[in-house]
Parts: sequence; structure tokens; C-alpha cells
Amino acid sequence: MEVLVCVKRVPMVGGKIVVTGDGQDVDARMSGFAMSPHEECAVEEAIQITERLGGNVSVLTLGPPAAAEQLRDALALGAGRAVLLETDGREWGPIATAGEIAAEVRRRAEAGQGYDLLLLGNEAADTGDYQVGVRVAHTLGWPCVTGIKGIEIDGGGVRARREYRGNEELFEFGLPAVMTVKEGINLPRYPSLPGRLRAKRAVIEEHRPQWRPDGLRKEALRVPETERKQAAVLGTGTDAVPALVALLDELGVLP
Amino acid sequence: MTVLCLVEQDGTGVSDASLRALTFARALAGGRLAAVLFADADVLASGTPAGQELAGYGVSDAYVIEPGQLAGYAPLAWARAVAGLIEGAGATAVLAAGTDRGSEVMAHLGALSGAPMAANCVAAAPSGDGTWQITRQRWAGLLLEDAVLEAPAALLTVATDAVAATPAATPASLAVHPYQPELADGDLAVRATESAERSSGVSLATARVVVGGGRGVGGPDGFAPLEELAGLLGGVVGVSRVVTSEGWRPHKQQVGQTGTKITPELYLACGISGAIQHIAGCASAKHIVAVNSDAGAPILSHAEYAVIGDLHQVIPALVAAIKERNASA
Repeated sequence: MEVLVCVKRVPMVGGKIVVTGDGQDVDARMSGFAMSPHEECAVEEAIQITERLGGNVSVLTLGPPAAAEQLRDALALGAGRAVLLETDGREWGPIATAGEIAAEVRRRAEAGQGYDLLLLGNEAADTGDYQVGVRVAHTLGWPCVTGIKGIEIDGGGVRARREYRGNEELFEFGLPAVMTVKEGINLPRYPSLPGRLRAKRAVIEEHRPQWRPDGLRKEALRVPETERKQAAVLGTGTDAVPALVALLDELGVLP
Repeated sequence: MTVLCLVEQDGTGVSDASLRALTFARALAGGRLAAVLFADADVLASGTPAGQELAGYGVSDAYVIEPGQLAGYAPLAWARAVAGLIEGAGATAVLAAGTDRGSEVMAHLGALSGAPMAANCVAAAPSGDGTWQITRQRWAGLLLEDAVLEAPAALLTVATDAVAATPAATPASLAVHPYQPELADGDLAVRATESAERSSGVSLATARVVVGGGRGVGGPDGFAPLEELAGLLGGVVGVSRVVTSEGWRPHKQQVGQTGTKITPELYLACGISGAIQHIAGCASAKHIVAVNSDAGAPILSHAEYAVIGDLHQVIPALVAAIKERNASA
């Protein structure tokens, strides 16, 4: 089983989001970067699948040279190979991104080492476009399902589960296929020390695709204007309980 | 100008997210508002809940793909059907609610046509030169992006909290058109083949009261009083990301960017510091009340009211007080 996981380097945001002066990016100078959360689970899922069925996990990112850091994070967890589609720092749209991922899949197939399965996150934490995986699948002509919370693979077939309005949906289809996963599908492991050392030494395969615009052109980012509140303190400790009961009564939520 | 909106059902009616999307679409349409549904045409017969809702929201034409044509949820086949309708209905924009299915079908529609798709829009307007000026959510709504969308037909999903569901000033007269999609080979390769019974109880996404628990709960054993309180208030327990990352509670209880967005009347956040990813999930609560031992916790700048104290003392005391009140009522 050859699995490719696509990950994205995104700013870590804690208390609040700050936009850069030109309105084009999130200011991450103070916060640093990480792999987008759903994709941490995609990496873990790929590793679990190859632990069960054999095979290899490759990890890919399209991003600036520093995105090699997120590839090494995945290598430290157990991915065996990493591909950096290096950009000049400009933001890529979902159509162009999907095109380059599909190109990597085809390069690999032409080299006789084609992938059986592509895993992505359901949506990137930062841009939230909800479509890169689907577009890759269309380009390759592979089946695709998004938002997956459970994967079983046997005999070339996939059983993928997800939630829909409190129900469970089951999808069955053949490989090769594309799936996007959501956090909760597993609990990602922590890297081991030997894993970290191996990741540090690993050679990352690099390509430099040409940036091209999508039909959706970003003008500016801004933080929505919300009423910044400061909570009215009802009291301290259990002394506040009568006031809290009165409040819940006023809000009409008491039985 | 015709705007076409993918409508999802909830029981016999229209889902709340779709009613919101229809409200958004109607403002955009300024002309004909059409809906596309994958359902039995009978559910839209005059006088039915869904038929009344669509008419009430200003939908003049409903295109219905019946189960005889296409049974079950199949994302690519649904997108193929909608793609056929874009031409058939002369749609200049196609919208869906930014739900799991809405996002998935619109992504396929974008991929089928090679056109861009703008996810989680909160505003959109045609610019007159064939482009669209849109505003969309990033970071689950913590950030907004102003952008120009250039496409023959605008493909958008509507953020589920972009607008409140509001019926039209005057209801439309609804015409129902059964539609036969032309599917291609492989369109049904991915189709939901089984759907377990709806799990009993109140769902996190639609609960009227959510009692939240965070790191301050201390461990998997600390949730009993929160569960009891949620039960008393007819609500459910929601948790922060750290709680699911630690494995204290299942992920489906997570409120936040990578979990569920909640819209309750009351969100009682206990021992939750208020990381911005969590706020993304609970900001649409009508009232937020925090119980936190740290008076400087970020959650206090998002909450309306707060109790400063240890949830392990406050919540059991609150449960006791509510029980006492019930007993004497």
C-alpha cells in the first residue's frame, strides 16, 4: 500500500489572529507554524494503514522552503519519503494546488511506483477551501470522499465512514482513491527520538512549480469586528450559585 | 438572473442551514430564486412543510431529482445533476450551505467545471463586469477574506452563521419540476450505502443548552457533574480540543474549529480558557457564561457573565440548587 499524505504549513494561532500590515497574510512572527490539524490525523492514519497492510507513507506539501519543517514532523512520525513543492511564498489557490498534487501522483506512477491512496485533511485550518482533495481526485479520475472519520481497507476495497447529522454514513469503493479526513479519526502519536533523528537526516525531494492564479483573487484579510466584551462577574465560588440560578431562569433554560 | 440553491432536508422540512442559505441566495438573486433537492417530489406538494418553507423563503422553482433517478447520497452524481441544471435553469450563481454535504457537492461541481468555488461566504454581490465581489470566512470565521471571484457562474457555499434564516416579505408561488440528470460512468462509484439510525438524544450542533468542559475538568472522571447539569437543562456536554486530544472524551463532543460549531441559547463554559479555535465553535451561542478559576482567562472577554471559581465546587452546587428548586416547584 503506497499512501501519499498532503499536508499544509499553517500559522499556529492561540489567543488571537493578527493580520500583517499589507492585509495579505496572518502575522505568524510570534506564533510559529504547524501542520494543519486534520492533516496530523491524516499522517497518523496513513502510518496505521501501512503498519497493518505494509507499504510506505510519502508526505507532500506545497509551500515555502520553511514548510520542510512540517515534512520532517511527518517523517519523524513514520513517513518514509517527503516531497516539497516549493513556492516563493505567494499563496496558492485550490485549483493550482490540486493540479500540482496530481502532477506529483502522475510522476510517481510513471516511475512505476504509483500511489494507491491519497489522504488529505478535510479542510486547511487557514484558508478553509474544502476542495483540494476533490479536485485532485477529478484530475486523476479517482473516487473521492471527504470528511472521513473511519477507514478500513481490505482486498483492494475501502470502507469509509463519516457522520451525517448524527447518523453514520458508509461508503465502499475501490482503490486507488482520495479521501479527506477529519480530526477524531484517530489520536496522533508523538514522535520518537529515533524518529526525530531519522527525520533530521532525511533527504527531501524538491520541485519548483510555477505559481498561477485561480479564479478567486484575494484582495485583503481582516479580523471581523466583534463586540469585545468583558464578562460581568456574578460572584466567586459557590456564593455565586444563587445569582447563576437567577440568570439561567431569566434566560429561560431552567426546567 | 437566476440563483440556484442546493437544499438539504431535515425530516419532512428544510434544514436550518439550507434556510439560511436560501435567505442569503434570495438577497443575491434579485430575480428568480430556484432550489434543487434530491427528494421525492411529494415532499414539496402544496401544503407540505418543505413546500411551504420553500415558497415562504421566496423560491419560485424547485428542481427535484427523485430517488427513482438517483437514490441515496452520491456526491459526484449530485454535483453532475446540479451541473446539468446550471444550464437548464440559466443559473448565474449556485449556492449551498457550508455543511459537510454542501461543501462536498460544491467542491465536485467546481472540479467538474474547472471553475473556482468560494467556500463559506458571508457576503456576495455581482460587480457588473461578470465578476463577483465576495467576502468569505477563513479560520472558521476568525478571519474574513475580501476577494474577487471570476467565473461564468459563481459557485459559493454560504457560511452556516452568515445570516439568520428569514422568510421572504411575500411568499413565492412554488412550481415543482422533476428533473432527470444525465449521469456519467463512475458518478455512483461513491455512494452512501448504509446509514445507521439517528443516535438518540440531543445533538451538539442543535442543542439549546451546551455545558462545556475544558482542561479545568482535570481528567476523564471529572465530567459527571457536567453531564448531570446538561441533563437537568435538557442540553448536552461539549468539550474543548485539549479534552479530546487527551482522550478524556470522544472527539464528537468537541466544540471548535476542528469540531462542531454550536448555536445554543446558552453556552456554559466550565474550565475552558478560551483558545481562539474554541471561540470559532461557540461564538454563535446567544449567551456565553463562563465558570473559571482564572479571572484573566481569555474566555471572559467572549462571555457575557462569569463565575470566578472552581468548577468542581460551583457545578455540583448549581446542580443541587436546580434540583432543590425543581423539588419545591
